[in-house]
Amino acid sequence: MIKATLLLLAGAVAWGQTTPDDLVQGQRLFGSQCAYCHGPRGDGGRGANLAVPRLRHASDDAALVQVISRGIPGTGMPASALSARQTRQVAAFVRTLGRVETQALSGDAARGRLVYEGKGACGRCHTMAGRGGGLGPDLSDAGARSSPQYLREALLDPEKEVPSGFLQVRVVTADGRRITGVRVNEDTFSLQLRDLSDQVQSFWKRELTEIHKDQGKSPMPAYRTVLEPAEVEDLVAYLASLP
Amino acid sequence: MRRALLLLLAVAALRAQVPYERILRAASEPGSWLTYSGTYESQRYSTLGQITRANVGRLKTAWMYQIRGRHKFEGTPLVIDGVMYISEPPSDVTALDLRTGRPLWSYRRNIPEGMIVCCGQVNRGVAALDDQIFVGTVDAHLVALDRKTGRVRWDVEVADYKTGHSITPAPLAVKDKIIIGMAGAEYGVRGFLDAYDARTGRRAWRWWGTPGPGEPGNETWSGESWKTGGATTWVTGSYDPEANLLYWGTGNPGPDYIGDVREGDNLYSDCLVALDVDTGKLKWYFQFVPHDVNDMDSNQIPVLVDTVFRGRPRKLVLFANRNGFYYLLDRLTGEFLLAKQFARQNWAKGIDPRGRPIPNPSTVPSVEGAVVYPDDDGAANWHSPSYSPQTRLFYQNAREWGAIYYRTEAPYEPGKVFAGAGRRRIPGEEGWGALRALDALTGEMRWEFRVHTPPWSGILSTAGRLVFSGTMEGDFFALDAETGKLLWRLQTGGPIWAGPISYLSEGRQYVAIAAGSSLVVFGLE
Repeated sequence: MIKATLLLLAGAVAWGQTTPDDLVQGQRLFGSQCAYCHGPRGDGGRGANLAVPRLRHASDDAALVQVISRGIPGTGMPASALSARQTRQVAAFVRTLGRVETQALSGDAARGRLVYEGKGACGRCHTMAGRGGGLGPDLSDAGARSSPQYLREALLDPEKEVPSGFLQVRVVTADGRRITGVRVNEDTFSLQLRDLSDQVQSFWKRELTEIHKDQGKSPMPAYRTVLEPAEVEDLVAYLASLP
Repeated sequence: MRRALLLLLAVAALRAQVPYERILRAASEPGSWLTYSGTYESQRYSTLGQITRANVGRLKTAWMYQIRGRHKFEGTPLVIDGVMYISEPPSDVTALDLRTGRPLWSYRRNIPEGMIVCCGQVNRGVAALDDQIFVGTVDAHLVALDRKTGRVRWDVEVADYKTGHSITPAPLAVKDKIIIGMAGAEYGVRGFLDAYDARTGRRAWRWWGTPGPGEPGNETWSGESWKTGGATTWVTGSYDPEANLLYWGTGNPGPDYIGDVREGDNLYSDCLVALDVDTGKLKWYFQFVPHDVNDMDSNQIPVLVDTVFRGRPRKLVLFANRNGFYYLLDRLTGEFLLAKQFARQNWAKGIDPRGRPIPNPSTVPSVEGAVVYPDDDGAANWHSPSYSPQTRLFYQNAREWGAIYYRTEAPYEPGKVFAGAGRRRIPGEEGWGALRALDALTGEMRWEFRVHTPPWSGILSTAGRLVFSGTMEGDFFALDAETGKLLWRLQTGGPIWAGPISYLSEGRQYVAIAAGSSLVVFGLE
């Protein structure tokens, strides 16, 4: 018990001292030390996307400090020569990258869930807690990953920012079939896509006469034509409530 | 009879060694692979012709070996007298029985925790000389191993890894020396190339990538900027025994993306240098990108070719640069002969008649962001090209991808990143690539074979009129060397970051490639 208290205290000292100035320093250090791989806004490039609420190799702040100072074995993430204080400053800044600000919402989350399951038929393409389709992103933790503003935009205008990894492709086969779907995998010789009925289809490229990559297009309909404005707000409230 | 037997034994004993003379004549011994790039000319052309355009479709896996580590497997194996020697990342060496693929010995190095290496703890291969195998390590040591047992003969520190120095390239054995390059230009190191006595591990010479005060070229760096100026030597060079010259590419100036703290041409960054192999003295240099601000390391393979060029016999060096241009130089004098663009680029408005680029100011990294083609992984990089004397084509895996560079800060502190920009992808742009066959003497493209992802694979051409290479999606493939037609492929399941080789085992031709975490060997059924 005493030991646990001491640990807690040590943690409080390490993190309690993070001031606004530390965040400014952390951002500067991030620019000079991390942006080379992670991009100036931390959303990836050579290195991982850090603008997410949960980092795969750093489940808590202590792990994040460890990763920054020691690197990640077996990956391109090297150790760093930052001082302990600088490391904490960078870590504190990295934590801000994936933070989703909470805000008061006019919608009702319980009604929004009914919209998700009913009129919206969202589960046809999206997954919630392990159930649903694979054509769109998993929404189980949508509220942790995305702001209400982003969720609203994604519903009303899905093509404004198509999430990475969900490229829409259209192909024409040698026997004249036309298939639209979302790309699952592509290499030099083959293409696998998930068609609009959520079935995976695999092709050798030599079997295809046309391949169109629809950058900025999405098979998701704009929900302003499907839902009433109040229903959109309820759905946003529901998605934003997800852990 | 007895005399004949003695002679036979003596020959066998000699065969079991790799004297310098044997590497010198590597081209006449195509059953082996004696040095990183196949021969000192670095053509990566095999005169073996058992595997041909007609039968390559029957190529099958002979054996595989899986490495122990999780880092990228970028190595080119050596093959000597029934044994294959590979380096396993980060800095291990394994000897494999050529018939079965089974390990004979392994050297496993303890790498200190907290290694500072910008782009992965990798190793691209080993060198052999006499009865020893040599490897450079990510913690910046050079190690000599007994070729029969893998036991350490000597181990010397080349530089301090704590300040960002590391070694990733294969050493080059020439005469009685081991030449070793180094990396670390993303950490503000001062680059150099070293030669060590193969017997003792004693350093024979060091050539500095940035000249010190009083040396010619020092005036190309403002203030003290030469001290942190990079110009590292992280890709193995080539060697011309007649000229007694080493040819070696040098890397970016530091900081990578900020030029105003290092006014001037920044010699000898982004150069091809010709050094006397006995003394390390500079004979000539050619700078591809003076005052580089786009991280255009000229750490590519210099390919040496003797041929008639514009009506007279010439000793040439062929160089497909990271910056998107293919160059031809006279390798005795460094005279610029030709530059021809082989991939998309926007950093230069052109190349003037002396070979100096006309820079495009819009590609200088800025706070608002500057769009640059190619990105800083380059149109070419360390992955090896190949030249076939049979087709007289130069084969290069070209990368087609741009990026946006946002200027940040680059205060120098030992061991910390010294780069000065962040990179973002151009929205909606997917990179791609192509294996391009260039007319070696004009740089004109004859054909290309497109691949989905910008490639990092090396290339092998063979007398069977074949070209072997791989993709980042894991396909290993063979093309018709004359037309680029796909003749064979196999999905290996892991990205190919390495160069293929060919050799004989029990009289039969094989091709080997590192893919994912496997070394895969192919032969005819």
